[in-house]
Amino acid sequence: MKTRLRDLMLFFLLGVFLLIYPFVFTQAFYQHIMIMVFMYGLLAISWDIMGGYANLFSFGQSAFFGIGAYVSTLLFLHWEITPWLGMVAGGFASGVVGIIVSYPTARLKGHYFAIATLAFLFVVQIVLENWKFVGGAQGLTLPLTEQSSFWKFQFRESKIPYYYIMLFLLGLGFLLAKGTLNSRVGYYLRALRESQEVAQSLGVNTAKYRLMAIALSGFLSALAGTFYAQYVLYIDPSSVISLNLSVEVVLISVFGGCGTIYGPLIGTVILIPLTNLIRASLGGAGRGIAYMVFGGIIILICVLQPDGLVKLFERSKKAVAREV
Amino acid sequence: MTLLEVKGVTKRFGGLTAVDDVSFEIAEGKILGLVGPNGAGKTTLFNCISGLYRVNSGMIVFGGRDITNKPAHIVCRAGIGRTFQIVQNFERMTLTENIMVGAFLRSRGKKQAAEKGLEILEFIQLQEKKDVKARNLSPPEKRRLGLGMALATEPRLLMLDEVMAGLTPVEIDGVLDLLWKIQETGVSIIVIEHVMRAVMAISEKIIVLDSGKKISEGPPEEIAHDDRVIRAYLGKSYAGS
Repeated sequence: MKTRLRDLMLFFLLGVFLLIYPFVFTQAFYQHIMIMVFMYGLLAISWDIMGGYANLFSFGQSAFFGIGAYVSTLLFLHWEITPWLGMVAGGFASGVVGIIVSYPTARLKGHYFAIATLAFLFVVQIVLENWKFVGGAQGLTLPLTEQSSFWKFQFRESKIPYYYIMLFLLGLGFLLAKGTLNSRVGYYLRALRESQEVAQSLGVNTAKYRLMAIALSGFLSALAGTFYAQYVLYIDPSSVISLNLSVEVVLISVFGGCGTIYGPLIGTVILIPLTNLIRASLGGAGRGIAYMVFGGIIILICVLQPDGLVKLFERSKKAVAREV
Repeated sequence: MTLLEVKGVTKRFGGLTAVDDVSFEIAEGKILGLVGPNGAGKTTLFNCISGLYRVNSGMIVFGGRDITNKPAHIVCRAGIGRTFQIVQNFERMTLTENIMVGAFLRSRGKKQAAEKGLEILEFIQLQEKKDVKARNLSPPEKRRLGLGMALATEPRLLMLDEVMAGLTPVEIDGVLDLLWKIQETGVSIIVIEHVMRAVMAISEKIIVLDSGKKISEGPPEEIAHDDRVIRAYLGKSYAGS
């Protein structure tokens, strides 16, 4: 009971902090960092549903991200459909693509599935690069509106609207993932991660739940993709569908502790500001240095706590319980 | 009434015929023993019935319904639960969670599944360890957990693959008591077992497999004196005793 109260307090404080953050840190750069934290957080959560819960180790997350970005942008450019609807459409498109791709890969496990997702990533990238209708390698530019417009998902004066929108999307994704994973689906996914045979013998339609995990993961990643397109207003195949982005998402989740939902969020909160700050302070060379630091931290966590940062918290919790 | 009917089931792996034209049936509420030397095809037969393997020929009818080559989750839904010879529980989940995975099948929600989970943990006498991760159990406890998981799906037929392997005599008696209690609720049980004392005590009928073929079938006392069975499996000393 006491810990529950404490948790509630923590959540409340965190909520207040997140809500007032853009008014405390008024510099655009700090707001940008937080927006990136939210965006990567959503990607990491969506990766965790597949990679952490269902044991479908994916390097294809940025393909889902890219599909979300492209679908909403194309719908807006060609038919002036609001990016809000485009976002939902992108989510569903991405989920459907995920389901289609999961059929030929249904029997693949572990490393082999990971390789297949890598291939999937490159296929999507190459298709987009060579498809004139979607802008080819040049990419697509979203026309600037004259003034901020909620309907057109563009805000000129400040980053604050973007901040709250991404915060909302992250919250939505978190609740959706949490709700799903706390229910029967989550139990089944964790079960099939450990043994498909046993899960099947307990009446679990493993193929169906595998599909659900991929579809949900694709859907959430695509929401982040649409947001990114509206935030940057320019997308091209190599920026939204990159192996770099996929790998970053995997590293963040593994670093934080996959299969927990909280782990990937913790990973994001630490790694994204860190790399952004390093990049900003070191300028052009910063990108390389940032990745070196990134790599160093990953090596450290592999040596010290292979199950991810989140396990450190669990351990201290247990230690407390023992003392009491 | 016949619950499960296996008719001429054959399973081949390349040139090896692991199960060769095996037929048998089990009535509701009965306990059937399945014995035979290592590699006789007992576990393969279980895998064929529970839908993990596709059979090459033959038919499996459960409760009047043809379940031949149906996927494992459908077979389970029809009412067949099983355990595994090589115990594979969900090691990183707690005992309650392990059982809930099975209990969800016939529960409306999480709460109901959790309640059923607790009930079953009490039944298999592991309730004190309900929040322990399955990987921290001792081997005998792991086998009991496997039994509990299968029970959670509320089967009409329970297929147990060596649940008594490696147990002490006292522990074996404990498991026998559990099985009798399960039988009292009307569930049929097929046991694969090498502990002859236990199989003889609990089975109403025993089937003996050797090299994939059924070589004998009958009540325990008959099996114990069957020449073919003694030659293939039991050995002379058993018949003498």
